[in-house]
Amino acid sequence: MTASMFGIWAVKALILIFILLTGFAYATYYERRAIARIQARIGPNRAGPWGLLQPAADGIKLIFKEEFIPAKADKVLFTLAPIITVIPAFLIAAVIPWGGEVPFFGRTAHLYLTDINVATLYIVAVGSLAVYGIVLAGWSSNNKYSLLGGLRSAAQMVSYELALGLALVGPILIAGSMSLVKIVEAQKSVWFIVYQPLAFIVFLIAAFAEVNRTPFDLPEAEQELTGGYHTEYSGMRFALFFMAEYIKVVAMSAIIAALFLGGYYGPGVDAFPWLGPVYMFIKILVLVFFAIWTRATLPRLRYDRLMAFGWKVLFPLALLNVFLTAVGIVLLGG
Amino acid sequence: MSTNLLVLFVLALIAVGAALGMLFSRNVVYAVLFLVLVMLTLAVLYLILGAPFLALAQVTVYAGAIMVLFLFAVMILGPQKLPAAGGPIGWQRPVALGLTLLFLVEVVAAFAAKVGALGTLNGAQAGFGSPAAIGRLLFNRYLLPFEATSVLLLVAAVGAVVLTKE
Repeated sequence: MTASMFGIWAVKALILIFILLTGFAYATYYERRAIARIQARIGPNRAGPWGLLQPAADGIKLIFKEEFIPAKADKVLFTLAPIITVIPAFLIAAVIPWGGEVPFFGRTAHLYLTDINVATLYIVAVGSLAVYGIVLAGWSSNNKYSLLGGLRSAAQMVSYELALGLALVGPILIAGSMSLVKIVEAQKSVWFIVYQPLAFIVFLIAAFAEVNRTPFDLPEAEQELTGGYHTEYSGMRFALFFMAEYIKVVAMSAIIAALFLGGYYGPGVDAFPWLGPVYMFIKILVLVFFAIWTRATLPRLRYDRLMAFGWKVLFPLALLNVFLTAVGIVLLGG
Repeated sequence: MSTNLLVLFVLALIAVGAALGMLFSRNVVYAVLFLVLVMLTLAVLYLILGAPFLALAQVTVYAGAIMVLFLFAVMILGPQKLPAAGGPIGWQRPVALGLTLLFLVEVVAAFAAKVGALGTLNGAQAGFGSPAAIGRLLFNRYLLPFEATSVLLLVAAVGAVVLTKE
């Protein structure tokens, strides 16, 4: 590893973190405005034109709030838990290809942080670490509602991870690679959603469960758990949980776009490579809207139904998809 | 000393430190977390040794699934602090010490016998540990054990689903 390579990595990583943080801030705004429209309200529109400065106002408010630690909480883990939650959310974005090769001041640059040959496995691995932050937040708060939220999230995430990982196998088999860049490149002519509709649906549902979005937001169910694992958190620590959730929504949307919706491909990308990130942005916008739409439409599942759905519907469907894809590839010769 | 070797020793220190932390921690949740740290450090060690697939499988399976279940069980049973010393399994302590000494002697003996045969750190050739290479190994040389394991795991998963149906 040379120094210049390290420098390029550092710059790319900083840009990625900046994009994700901006994405987090405006995903909250996007969600509030979209949900308001669906519920025939207006939504935040006072701070700046069309309320565009609302995320900044919220951020400043949260920074100045008191960060309260309950007297009987486990102070070390209580402080660490939000950090442990937010780190995997950032890490998971490292393997997402945002675009192809683009000309950049006379050189060609790759619009991804890294292209590892086990990227899909990396997504599963990092995603599986995300549960620790939430479980520890629930436990260290020393509050029964928090603990219940933490336990629910542990059971839920372990269950849905299985379907999530198995749904990844379909695109991997068709592309013949575990690298996300190669999987996107294999979709140049036909998007994988055409070959893998079942895997797409399973992955989409499991991804919602992974990021604890409605209808799978049992760990933080306000009505029964008064907030769940983050009941005792306030100020920036509270904001970190929401940062993790929204960054994961954005990252999961990007991963779904890359796996099933052709990633950065779209009309005219070959001629103008800089269109790639634009298409990616549009696809992410649509998928995030889908997540918001679902939240505004569907009620929360009952907890036993949620587990039964994961194990008795999603998991067999994902297995079936692996089987069908493998047989199809053997019969049709790839 | 190369950078890799330096990283290796730092990681080894963290791994051993975390393992000791797990052994001596009186709080069960902390013990579980120390074990997770050991698993993660081992994954990074695999990464340095040029086996990314193995590293990520280690994170997914051990840190991501098994240890989460450990934590889950600990929380359901109620995470209490362990008694300071003695207790019902007090007799195990001298036995464990003796076995540890025996194991140490064995390790030193094995190390002394093989020290010349140990490879260098950067000895892995290109393509080693890649998903394709591991796949080829699993489906050719180790086909039978691999298939037997996967059938066993599938039966366990199906069995778990059937059990919940009363």
